[in-house]
Formats: sequence, structure tokens, C-alpha cells
Amino acid sequence: MVWNALLLALREIRRNVLRSCLTILGIVIGVAAVIVMVTLGGGDTAQVTAKIASLGTNLLMVRPGQRMGFGQMSTAAQFDLADAEAVEREIRSVLAISPASTAPTTAVFGNRNWSTSVTGIDNRYFGVRNWTLASGREFTDSELRAGSSVCIVGATVRKELFGAQDPLDNKLRLEKLSCTVIGLLQAKGQSTMGSDQDDLVLMPLRAFQRRIAGNQDIGLIQVSVRDGASTEQVKQDIEDLLRTRRHIAPSEDDDFQVLDMKEITQMLAGTTQVLTALLGAVAAVSLLVGGIGIMNIMLVSVTERTREIGIRLAIGALEREVLMQFLVEAVVLASFGGLTGIVLALAASVVLADLMSIPFVFNPGIVVLAFLFSAIVGVVFGFFPARTAARLDPIEALRHE
Amino acid sequence: MSDTHANTPLIELQGVTKVYGRGAAAMQALRGVDLRIDAGEFVAVMGPSGSGKSTCLNILGCLDTPTAGTYRFGGVEVGGLSRNQRAELRRHYLGFVFQGFNLLNRTTALENVELPLLYRGIHLAERHRLAREALTAVGLAEWATHTPGELSGGQQQRVAIARAIVTAPDVLFADEPTGNLDSARSREIMELLTRFNRERGLTIVMVTHEADMAAFASRSVRFVDGRVAADTRSTEAA
Repeated sequence: MVWNALLLALREIRRNVLRSCLTILGIVIGVAAVIVMVTLGGGDTAQVTAKIASLGTNLLMVRPGQRMGFGQMSTAAQFDLADAEAVEREIRSVLAISPASTAPTTAVFGNRNWSTSVTGIDNRYFGVRNWTLASGREFTDSELRAGSSVCIVGATVRKELFGAQDPLDNKLRLEKLSCTVIGLLQAKGQSTMGSDQDDLVLMPLRAFQRRIAGNQDIGLIQVSVRDGASTEQVKQDIEDLLRTRRHIAPSEDDDFQVLDMKEITQMLAGTTQVLTALLGAVAAVSLLVGGIGIMNIMLVSVTERTREIGIRLAIGALEREVLMQFLVEAVVLASFGGLTGIVLALAASVVLADLMSIPFVFNPGIVVLAFLFSAIVGVVFGFFPARTAARLDPIEALRHE
Repeated sequence: MSDTHANTPLIELQGVTKVYGRGAAAMQALRGVDLRIDAGEFVAVMGPSGSGKSTCLNILGCLDTPTAGTYRFGGVEVGGLSRNQRAELRRHYLGFVFQGFNLLNRTTALENVELPLLYRGIHLAERHRLAREALTAVGLAEWATHTPGELSGGQQQRVAIARAIVTAPDVLFADEPTGNLDSARSREIMELLTRFNRERGLTIVMVTHEADMAAFASRSVRFVDGRVAADTRSTEAA
């Protein structure tokens, strides 16, 4: 019975191709919207997660100043090396720290120059940031102690200044300081915030402090926490320690900031979730409207085919057989809409993911769900017209013109 | 009248009335009809418009139920059956031919004839075989793949007859089967029905207002004002 109803439905839909296509448009758009949004959302989340993992989820960043609003930092005293050492020494569960200080600079090589930033570090930086060299070597102890004029460049700086040329052992100029390139960092790409992580020059912290900054300040202490330890606890400990060291009265706010990568992850994930929920609501409305469209057309179809229904009933079709025929037709229509939506959505997702340079993450769950949902829309909105058809009086229906 | 099984009439109406509407607007279509039709009869139901002949046919065809009185089909009280039970009855024992042919448009003659078999749950191959047989019986074997729009009125009515007899029903109900046809086509249709009645013993109940057509039947029942006014058996046809 269902098989016959299916054949009948397909034939009926083929007879009204244009009308059927227009009818299912709402469902197509609804389903496509849901899948595109979930697929792109999934790709974005995967990318963010991967980037944060590359940064290390057990990483804390300690900066002087407080965030005042969008991009604004209040000015406050910088840290010094002793603060960094104290964090490492006095707080349990700290695996490693990396003191660093950064300044904007212009790097010059030959007749090329490039606006970038220079960061003074020591070798702990590579471990804490989970970063390796593509070629060359890290700083030697004597270079670090002496503050030698040597540097390691990021992939972007290398590309802009050296082009295809090997940067190792060449001298580049930072402001008035000439320093020898001893290493090249592995490319990392964009950060989660969209900035280019490879656009930097690294040099020994002491060299930076003496020759570039002219002070002993530390602008950033990166702290990696031992696996299994609570980053919240470490964060709290760092805050307590630094408040003491910086003589902040209990009534005053912190004049520094401890950023937790987990928080950043959650914050980003939260944004995606809000967006997902919002678009999901839009999709739901679209499916509802699509369902009403199907109901409308099915009612028209029942009226148009009243005579046919009369014939079927007179010949001996049972109510449920007529009901089934129209219900199956509505479900087939809606499912076609669902399938079309799925195909369109996957095609669009591949293209959009490429344009937005995020990975295409196929989510079979949502595809199945969207298809089932479209079929359910067919059942729900097809039921009323189908019941109307099934309950027709055969005598009246046969008289219908 | 004895009540033994052998003597159970195929169709028996006793004091059947049918009222449409309620109260002051009520319209009495049938006012107490007694009618008995035995298997193998070819009955023409005649009468002017509004005499109740169509209402009576609808009740006989189990499309409608009497307001009062009893209708027994093969001994089964139809008035007590549900809508779906009556549909089952139609599906298994009754065939219908209408004035307006009532074929499914855009569907081939063969598929139209197969339709009642579909609702009986008969397999595709068997459906094809039976439908082709029925089309051959009405002389339209070569027109199986044509849609009603490609057939003449007479041919369409023959397809409708094939659809009605394909299930080998006990009774064929025909409501003005020649009403939309010219006299030559009407004659063909009547000859076809007469042949099925004689060769297959098919019981036929036909509503018509044309005396020429009623003449083909073996019995003529005349309705006036919701009652049977005359019931005559033709000696020539019998």
C-alpha cells in the first residue's frame, strides 16, 4: 500500500513539477540554512580549538594593566624579571614561565623594510608557546647572558625581507641595531583573534632590554601549568602573589590581567553557540513557513482532485488508503525539499568554508536530522489535507466539477 | 417467502426511506421502497428527475445508507455497516459505471482498469493480466496505453465498464451510462452490458431516463415521488 502510494505521489509530483518546486522552496531554504550554519560553525569551532590547542590550553598570560574596554588597556607599572622568577619559584603547579617584552619596530634588510614587532625572550619561550624552529638554532646561554645581537625571525618577516633567500647568517637591522639571523620559526598562521602570529622577530631578552627598550621591563609573563593542575587555582595564586608584590591595597582592583586560554576558548565557543541558536531559530521559522506552504498546496491538490478521490472511494478505497496516498505525497514533497536542501547546503558549505579558509567539517548527524525533520514537517502539515481528502463523501466528490 | 439460504435474494430493500436535511428544510427522497433483485437480473431503473432513482442507486451501491428501513445485500444488513465496511463491500462485490465516465485523467486506460485491483492488493503481473483481459472483453485491447483524453466518449465508457467488471463483481451499477453518448455509441454500450449479463450472468442495475435503453433490460422499475410506481418484466428480453 505504501509502495503504491509512493508511486502515485511521484507521478503526481512529476505532473506539477513547477508547482512542486515552488512548494518545497521553504523547506529547501530552511534545511540548507541549518546545515550550512552547523557545518560552518563546526568548521570554525574545530579551527579555534585546534589553534588554542597549538597555543596550549594550560597556558596563562599575565600582562600589566587592565582591559578598559574594546582594545583599551589602562597604563600600569610593567613587571620586571623578578616578578617572573617569583611566579615560577613561589607558585606550585607552574610548569614553566617565559618572560617577554615586545616593542614595535621596523626591520630592514638590504633595500627592503618591514614594520613588525620585536620580542625579547629566552629559550623557555619555545617550550611554553609550543613552538619549534623550521631551521637554525635557539639562543645559546652565552648569547642570552651577554645580550648578543642575534635574532630568530617568523615566517612572515622572512618572506617580506628575504623572499626566497635563506635568512640564516644574514644581518638585518632593527632601528639602529644590526643583528644576525640564527633561526627561522615554524609558520603558525593566524591566531584565533585574526592576527598574524608569524609576523615577529625574537631576540635575547637582555639584548632587547638594553638596546631596544632601554629599560628592565617585562611586558608579558607566559605561564604554563602542569597537566592535571587547576588553571583556575594557579591563576588565583598568581593574582595573589602579584598583588602583594605590587602593593595593591585590598580595596583596589588588580592593575594587571591573568588571561586563561580556556576562558578564551569558552568565550569563542559561546559566541558560536549564540550564533547557532539564532540561525537555528531562523531555520525553524523557515521550516514552519515551508510546512504551511506544503499544507496549502496539498489542500489545493485535494480540491483539484476531488473527483479522483470520489472515484477511488466509490471503487472501494478505504479512508486510510486515501489518507495514506495524500500523506505520502506530502511527505515525499517535503523530503524532496529536505534532500535538495542538503545537497545545496553541502555544496555551499564547501565553497564558503574555502572562502572563509576554515575546514569543511561534514556533520552526518545534522544531515540526517534535517532530513528527518523535513519528513516530519511533511507528516504534520500533510495530515490535515489528507484527512480532508479521506473524509470526502464519495457521492458529493463524484458530482464535483 | 422462505428464509433458506438458496432463496436469499442478492438485493433486498424493505420500507427504505431517505431524508436529506432536517426540520422544515427536510427533503424526502425515498418514501418507503420495497425492492428485490435476484442474481442475474438486468434491471432498468426509470423515472423523472427527483423521483428518487439516483438516491436509490446510491443506497443500493452502498455509497449511502437509508434513513429508515433495511437494505440487505446478499443477506447482510448494509445500514449497520461502517463507512469502511461499505468500502470493503464495494471493493469486493460491486462495480460502478457513471454517466460522466469518471476515469482518472492523465492515466492510461490500462491503469484505470487496474485501479480497483490495486485496492484489492493484487500483484502487478496479475493486475496487468486481468486488466488486459477486461480491456479485450470491451474491445479496447489496442487502446491500453492511451489516456482518456485520447479516447472518444464511447471508448471512455467502455474503459469504465472494463474497470467495473475487472474484479468480477456480483452487481454492476450503472448511473445513466449512455447519458453523454450519441445513439449509435449508446447502442454499443447497451449491447456490451447485455452481453455481460447474458454471458457472465452479471447482475446489472442501471438508472436511465431513456426508454430505448431501458428496453435492453429484462426488467424495468419505475420510480415516481420516491416510491416504486411500476415493476415490469420484459418477456422479449427475458
